[in-house]
Amino acid sequence: MNRQKAFLLVLLFIVFLPWVGAAVGQNTPPAPATQVRAFDTPNDAGGSITITWKKSADDGQGENDVVGYEILRSTASGSGYQKVASVLAGEEGYTDGTVEDNVAYYYVVRAVDGQFSTDSVETGPAMAKAQWFNTDRTSMLVAVLIFSGLVLWFISQAKGGRQLYIRPIPGLAAIDEAVGRATEMGKPVLFIPGIMDMDNIQTIAGITILRRVARKAAEYETPLLVPTSRSLVMTTAQEAVKEAYLDAGRPDAYDPDRIRYLTDNQFGYAAGVDGIMVREKPAAIFYMGCFYAESLILAETGHSVGAIQIAGTAMPAQLPFFVTACDYTLIGEELFAASAYLSREPRLLGSLKGQDFGKAIFMIIIVVGIILESFGIHFLSQWLATG
Amino acid sequence: MRRQVPLVITFVAGIIMIIQYFIPHEPFAGLQQRFNVWFLIISAFALILGIGNLIKIHGERISRQSAGWGYSVVLLVGLVTMSVVGIGWGIEPGTPFFYLFWNIQIPLSSTMFALLAFFIASASYRAFRARSFEATLLLAAAILVMLGRVPLGNFLWHRLPAVATWIMNYPNTAGQRAIMIGIALGVISSSLRIILGIERGLGGGQQ
Amino acid sequence: MSVIEKLRNIDRRFIFVAIALTVIVPLLRPIGFPIAVSPSVQRLYDAIEQLPPGSKVLMSFDYDPSTMPEVYPMNLAIAQHCFSRNLKVVGIALWPMGVSLGQQALETAAEECGKLYGTDYVNLGYKTGGMVVILAMGRDLRETFPEDFRGTPIEQLPIMEGVRNLNSFKLVVDFSAGDPGVAAWVMIAQARYHKKVGAGCTAVSAPAFYPYLNTGQLVGLLGGMKGAAEYEKLLQSQGPATAGMDAQSIAHAVIIFFILFGNLVMLITKRKTERRSL
Repeated sequence: MNRQKAFLLVLLFIVFLPWVGAAVGQNTPPAPATQVRAFDTPNDAGGSITITWKKSADDGQGENDVVGYEILRSTASGSGYQKVASVLAGEEGYTDGTVEDNVAYYYVVRAVDGQFSTDSVETGPAMAKAQWFNTDRTSMLVAVLIFSGLVLWFISQAKGGRQLYIRPIPGLAAIDEAVGRATEMGKPVLFIPGIMDMDNIQTIAGITILRRVARKAAEYETPLLVPTSRSLVMTTAQEAVKEAYLDAGRPDAYDPDRIRYLTDNQFGYAAGVDGIMVREKPAAIFYMGCFYAESLILAETGHSVGAIQIAGTAMPAQLPFFVTACDYTLIGEELFAASAYLSREPRLLGSLKGQDFGKAIFMIIIVVGIILESFGIHFLSQWLATG
Repeated sequence: MRRQVPLVITFVAGIIMIIQYFIPHEPFAGLQQRFNVWFLIISAFALILGIGNLIKIHGERISRQSAGWGYSVVLLVGLVTMSVVGIGWGIEPGTPFFYLFWNIQIPLSSTMFALLAFFIASASYRAFRARSFEATLLLAAAILVMLGRVPLGNFLWHRLPAVATWIMNYPNTAGQRAIMIGIALGVISSSLRIILGIERGLGGGQQ
Repeated sequence: MSVIEKLRNIDRRFIFVAIALTVIVPLLRPIGFPIAVSPSVQRLYDAIEQLPPGSKVLMSFDYDPSTMPEVYPMNLAIAQHCFSRNLKVVGIALWPMGVSLGQQALETAAEECGKLYGTDYVNLGYKTGGMVVILAMGRDLRETFPEDFRGTPIEQLPIMEGVRNLNSFKLVVDFSAGDPGVAAWVMIAQARYHKKVGAGCTAVSAPAFYPYLNTGQLVGLLGGMKGAAEYEKLLQSQGPATAGMDAQSIAHAVIIFFILFGNLVMLITKRKTERRSL
């Protein structure tokens, strides 16, 4: 009986041997990651080392059972390794942002399958350092220098008395006319400086136009209403309007309560301004600054009360709405050109001229870029790409 | 002196911000973030001024009982109620503040946003006229895009969505890019004027 | 006043009533126009399809309740897609009200697909600062978001294991209704950190992002409710956006009718004045 059992067992073993062997074969440790490199992450503020490697031969091919890699780090070669991160299979790089500057680190990349793991060869030492110049941004620096240089050169030219021509912008020429019309009709002027805060350059551009409008309103003795959606814009607008009234020799006519804060909430502000339009029926409305979806809600209400409307914004998505509902619209850069245009101050006009030459250079680069790319030459686009 | 100090601060801060873009090393690293935090702190304090202004104007309107003073009462009651429940019970989901916000503020905001649909209709009825050749082109493009962007367009002619996509991708994008490049240059030149203190209306320039 | 004159100066309230009716009626009695998928939507869908299971997707909820009807359906649809592909989703918000809306979308989608909070998805909540937050996340996410929106330290969340910065994500999807939004994600996450960025935005702002789409800075873009409806079609689900499509179709048709009608009236008036001056 025992003999029979033993024989059966041996038979079973012989029959299943190939499968057992195959199963053991599948469960071998994965091939290691190769060509592991660790180096200081370029163009950063320090505190980071980049590790790159070539995938294990069992990741995506071979046994294809690698599930990920573990990044091990040590400050001593050959010992004291600790896991700092794990990444998914298929990855070939990791940036370790938890290192100290000027300390030597050694790295090992461990390929892991469900059961086993294999360490790569150790790499290092690598040391993190902060860089003094971000080389990825060289092209940006060149562009900034050329463009600023042009602007500064034309400003100095203009100061020297050179006459500069700028094309007429109907929207800006109409500002005085709009304020004049409000005066004739005995109705107020409404100025809306957008819905963003003073850290938005469009709001700043809006405030410079507000100063011009306020000066005209002061001269004509027409009430000027400025509802704002940010407290900081309110205080800045109060300051600008006060100075404009001073310039016009009418400091007594300045009333800070006409420049008031409504709410930070976008549509709450739109509702509040719509209310002012319907109640006060202003004869001239200015929209100068940064606007979002409330642009048409405001401009249509303004139109329904019969006001002459002048808008200016650099929000491309809102421009069609303003063009449709307003009498004049300053498109994009015209908003920023307004202060120069209105004051005719040579230095400001000079900056516009510099800007135009900058634009010409951009056009040339675009055309050259299109030609080069069409012929499969990519050095210009690669150089221009910033990090 | 009163004019010079802000101009000097603007100049120094502006130059530092340009430099920090190119230099990742200390002391420039993280400066942008720090400046932004400062801005947030300043605007938080400015909010006190804003609310003060709101209370003053509406308080006066109530005390004078001028036209529509009842609305000023509603405004001040709303301001006080939201502040009290917000400070008293917090603003997390489940608190009275959250309930009021979700059931009053949000429907009101959505209503204002929804007005856009009506205003788009009335504005396009009034303004979209084939007055010139260019205006006619614009009108035709608008109709094709409007139809092509909704299932009805696909229902009328299966190529219409592709036509709309083409108009959006090429003529529209070309125009958008030109405007965006112009704006970017305008922003740089405007920033330079502010940094150099020659921009009028912000304390700079000859008065 | 002649009839033509009256039509020219039609009271805009008539237009408002017509629009209200064309929106309400199809919502109550759907027609079911077929929906065609545009390439920009297909590209975002494909980008998610191609991600290996287990990859992490970062979602930014940069919208608020006023734009919820447009943006929420796409948020929901993309969350459903991610979970059905066994992707892990990490959510943040650059708009304060985005936190609860994004959470609602993630919870709804997770429930359908049997996914768990903390393991398959997480919501890290709101941080003020817009672009600065993205910059900071590019350097160190754990410093920017040390805990989730419920106050749980992220060390205790299994999904956050190994997540250090933006490099840990295979794809970023921004749901945006304004600023900070798509432009900030493209400028920082794409341009600076070379991440794949996809976006869903309101229909009004979509045209402004087409340049990014053409340069490849956006892998895909969903514009407004239509974009969401197309995505629902790709997922073969009948979501909230599909339901709104008929109303939008008819409303567009009515607006086109008014435009053409306005032009017709203008032509007739022009003819009349020309005849009179002859």
